[in-house]
Amino acid sequence: MIDPGVLERHGLKPDEYEQIVQFMGREPNLTELGIFSVMWSEHCSYKSSRLYLKTLPTEGPQVLQGPGENAGAVDIGEGLAAIFKIESHNHPSFIEPYQGAATGVGGIIRDIFTMGARPIALLNSLRFGSLDAPGTRRLLEGVVAGIAGYGNSIGIPTVGGEIVFEPSYAGNPLVNVFCLGIAKASDIIKGVASGVGNAVYYVGAKTGRDGIHGATMASAEFDEKSAEKRPAVQVGDPFMEKLLLEACLEVMKTDALIGIQDMGAAGLTCSTTEMGSRGGAGVEIDVSLVPQRETGMTPYEIMLSESQERMLLVAKKGREAEVERIFEKWDLHAVRIGHVTSDGMLRVKDHGRIVAEIPNRALTDEAPLYRRPMSEPEYLGDAQKLDLSALSDSDLARRLQPSEPADPNALLLALLASPTIGSKRWVYRQYDHMVRTNTINLPGMGAGVVRIKGTDRALALSVDGNGRYCYLDPYRGAMLAVAEASRNVACAGARPLGATNCLNFGNPERPAIMWQLARAVAGIGAACRALGVPITGGNVSLYNETDGSAIYPTPTIGVVGLLEHADRVVGRRFRRAGDVIVLLGEGRGELGGSEYLKVVHSLVRGVPPALDLGAERALQALLAVLADERLVRSAHDCSDGGLAVTLAESCFDAAGLGAEISIEGVRVSPDDRLNVAAALFGESASRVLVSVVPDAVTTVLERAAAAGVPARVAGQTGGHRLRMAVSGRIVVDLSVDEAERAWATAIERYFAKRVA
Amino acid sequence: MRFGVVVFPGSNCDEDAYHAAKDLFGQDAEYLWHKDTDLKGADVLILPGGFAHGDYLRTGAMARFAPIMGPVRTFADRGGPVLGICNGFQILLESGLLPGAMLRNRGLKYRCEHVCLRVEQTDTPFTAAAVQGQVLRIPIGHGEGNYFAPPDMLQQIETSRQVVLRYTNPAGQLDEDWNPNGSVHAIAGLCNAARNVVGMMPHPERACETLLGGTDGRLIFDSVINSFRGSLALHP
Repeated sequence: MIDPGVLERHGLKPDEYEQIVQFMGREPNLTELGIFSVMWSEHCSYKSSRLYLKTLPTEGPQVLQGPGENAGAVDIGEGLAAIFKIESHNHPSFIEPYQGAATGVGGIIRDIFTMGARPIALLNSLRFGSLDAPGTRRLLEGVVAGIAGYGNSIGIPTVGGEIVFEPSYAGNPLVNVFCLGIAKASDIIKGVASGVGNAVYYVGAKTGRDGIHGATMASAEFDEKSAEKRPAVQVGDPFMEKLLLEACLEVMKTDALIGIQDMGAAGLTCSTTEMGSRGGAGVEIDVSLVPQRETGMTPYEIMLSESQERMLLVAKKGREAEVERIFEKWDLHAVRIGHVTSDGMLRVKDHGRIVAEIPNRALTDEAPLYRRPMSEPEYLGDAQKLDLSALSDSDLARRLQPSEPADPNALLLALLASPTIGSKRWVYRQYDHMVRTNTINLPGMGAGVVRIKGTDRALALSVDGNGRYCYLDPYRGAMLAVAEASRNVACAGARPLGATNCLNFGNPERPAIMWQLARAVAGIGAACRALGVPITGGNVSLYNETDGSAIYPTPTIGVVGLLEHADRVVGRRFRRAGDVIVLLGEGRGELGGSEYLKVVHSLVRGVPPALDLGAERALQALLAVLADERLVRSAHDCSDGGLAVTLAESCFDAAGLGAEISIEGVRVSPDDRLNVAAALFGESASRVLVSVVPDAVTTVLERAAAAGVPARVAGQTGGHRLRMAVSGRIVVDLSVDEAERAWATAIERYFAKRVA
Repeated sequence: MRFGVVVFPGSNCDEDAYHAAKDLFGQDAEYLWHKDTDLKGADVLILPGGFAHGDYLRTGAMARFAPIMGPVRTFADRGGPVLGICNGFQILLESGLLPGAMLRNRGLKYRCEHVCLRVEQTDTPFTAAAVQGQVLRIPIGHGEGNYFAPPDMLQQIETSRQVVLRYTNPAGQLDEDWNPNGSVHAIAGLCNAARNVVGMMPHPERACETLLGGTDGRLIFDSVINSFRGSLALHP
C-alpha cells in the first residue's frame, strides 16, 4: 500500500520510512504515515536546524521560559512576565496573501494566550519583491489587509514592524508575525498533558478539510504548480479566536486546567503528541468525537487538518463542569475527545476502533536530526568584492538628472523615496495601533512602545533583519540584525531583556543554503551573548525558494526591552528648535551592502559594515542611562541610508522643523563625490543621533565618555531646512517639506499610479 | 457616577472605556454582559468599540438583538445618557436609536489615525463642557465609518441640530481632504432628537492621557460627569 509515490506525496525520504518501520516494528498504516509525515516535516521537527539552534544562548536571570514551549517569557518586574514569539507564515501568504497573513496573526496570538498571557501587541516583519514588479502590489495589499483584518478585529494593536522591498523576495515574500502578551509570572501555563484519566478537551472551530498538509507544504519549494496548493491554506475567523481568547483566559484564572495547546501546524496531531510528550504521558482520543464541519472525514483527514482557531486542553479530574461552563458562556462547546494515559503513546481511535498507535517519542525526540552537508556559496567571493574606484555617479546621473551630475540633494531624495526607507504610513494606518490604550510610541516613531497598565513600566519592541547584509555575510549580517533590533529598543530608552528569532532561508538540502543557516545562527548567538539578550524561542522557515531560486538568507530578530518609567520613553522625532544634536558612535563610510549602492548604483555588493559588539553594548547601555536621566529629547539610530537619512527622518512628522549638522569626511575612493556619499549614506553600525536640551550637552558628553562611547556635538535643530556639511562644506541643503514629501509618498505613489 | 460598559462577545474597546471611567476619572464602572438584562444601576451607558459578533454580516446587525439592548433602549427612552463609540455607534444606528447607516470607508481601507473634530453642538450630555466650534484631536480606528443618510433624513438631522461632531482640518474648517472616510456632511458624531443618545466614530477613550499623545477625549467624559453632577444638584 505504501509505495514510493505515497512517500513522495508525504514529503518523506525512503530512509526516513525505514526509520518509521523500525520504530513501529511494522509497516505503518496510511493514517500513521500521515502523522509521521507532518511531525517529521521540517516545519514541525526542525530536523535541519535543531543542531544549530541548540547553540544559541537561552539563559539569563530574567528568563522565565526558554525555547520549547509555545512561547518564551522574561521577567519584567512587579511579578509580571512578558511572553513573546515571532513566527513565519511565508508559504501560505504567497499562495493566498490575505488568509495566509491573517492566519499567521491568528496562530501567533494563540501561542501567546496559550501560555496564560493577555496578548497586548503585535508587530510584523514583511518582505516583498520590488514595488514596481508585477504582482507585488497585490501581495502587499493582501498581506497588509489580512494582518489588519485579523488584528483589528480581535483587538490587539499592531504597534510596529518593518517592510523591505527587494527583488530576491519576488517569488517568495516573507510574512513574519510577532506577538507579545503579559501574564503574572507565577501563572504561566504550559502545554502539558498529565494525570492518567484526566479529560482531554477540544474547543473552538469545527474541523474541516482545510489546511491538510500545511506543514508539509511549508517544507517544500514552490514551482508553477503552487497555486494548486491553495486548499492547503486555511481561512481565519478572528471572532472565533476572540471568543477562544477570552474563554481560555477565563478558564486559566481558575486552577481547573492542567495544560493547553493550540492546534497550529499539524493540528490535532501535533497538539496531542507534544502535550503528551511534555507531560511524560500519552494521549488517547477518538476522532469520531471531534466536531466536524464536513461529512465523511477520515481519521487521516481529521488528524492532519489545520483548520484554524482550535485548542486542545486537559482539565483536572472533577473540575470538568467548571471548564465546560466557562466555554458555554462564550458560546463555545468544549468537547471531551479523549483522556491522558500513562503509556507514552499517541492512540487514535475511530468509534472505538484503533486507527493509529505511535510512541510519542518517535514523533518528537526521536524525529530525524540532520547535520546536512554545507559549503560556502559560490557567489560569495565575487559578491563581497566592491571596487569603489570603479563606481561613478553616471548610473544615478542617467536615472535622476540626465543632464547634470548627481548632487547629494538628489541622492538623498532618491533614498528617502525608496520604499524600503520611505514612510510606512500607508501600511500602518490600516492597522489599529491604539486599541487597548497602551501605545505610547506610535508606529513610525522608532521601536513600538506599550505601557503596562497598573505599573509605571513600559515595554519597547522592535523586529529587524537585513537580508542583503546576510546574503553578503550571513554571520555578520545576523549579528547586525540582533544589534539593530536591540539598538532600536535602547533608543526608546529601554533595557533589552530578550529576543526571539525567525530564520527564513532556502532549501537546506543545498549545501550553500545550509552554510548560510549555520553561519547566521552563529552570528545571532555571538551577538545575543555579547548584548545580553537571550533567545527565548522562535521559528524556522526553510524551503523559501521558487523555481530553484532562493531568497536572501533572512533571519529576523524581535527584541523586547523594559522601561521602568513609561514616561521617560524617547522617540525618533526632534522636538524643539534650538536643541543640540549629538552624534554617538563613529562613521567609517562603509558602503558594502548599503541602500545607497542598491538605489543609486543598482549594486548588491561588498561586505556589510563591521560590528564591534563591545562598542554596541556600551552604546545601548548609554542610551538607557540618557533616557532614564531625561537627558535626550529624541534618539534615532543609523541604519538603511546612513546618517543623512537618520537626520532627515528625525525631522519628519515634526511640523517641518529643520536641522543642520556638520560631520567629518571619510576617504574611501579617489573620487571625492563618492567620499561625500560615503560620509552621508554609509551604514556604519553602532551610531545614534540624539537631540539634547542645550543645558544638558555637557552632561551627555560626560556620560558618553564614561561609557566609552565616542560622542560629538554635530549641530542643532531649527529653521525649516535640512542642511548637512561634510568636512566643512555644505553638501545637502533641502527644505524639510520637500524631503518629507519624497519620504511620505514612497509607498503611496505606487498605488496612486495604478488608480490613474 | 456609575458607568455601565456593555460587553458584546467581540467588543474590544470595553476595557479601554472601563479604564478611562474608573482609573482616569475615578468613577464607578460596571461591565454589562450582552446576555444579561440588568444595567446594574448605571447612570450612563457606553457601547464600546470592537466587532460585536465578528461583524462579518453588517457592523452591529446582530448586536441589536442582544438581550441587553432591551434595557438599553428603555434607559435611552427615559432620557438616560448613552454613548456609542465606533462599533457602539454602528450598533445604535442598527438599533434605530440613531438615524442613518454606515458604509465602508471611502477608499475601502481600515484607517487608524488622529483626526480633527469640530464640536457642533454643546447641548448634549457628552459635549456640554465644550465650546461650540472647538476643535478636538482624537483618533479613529474603523473600516466602516462612512456615515450615510438619505437627503430628507439628512435635512431633518441638520434642521434639528443633531450633528454633534464633524471632521474638519486643524483650523476647524470643512475640508474633504480631512474627511477620513467620506461621511456625508463630514459627520463624525450624531445625537438623537432628545439629545441624550450620542454616537461617534472617533475614540475619546484613546485620547485621555498625555502619555498616549493627547487628552482632548477627556472633554467627552468631563461633559457627562459634570452633567450628572448638575442633575444631582437639581434633583438631589
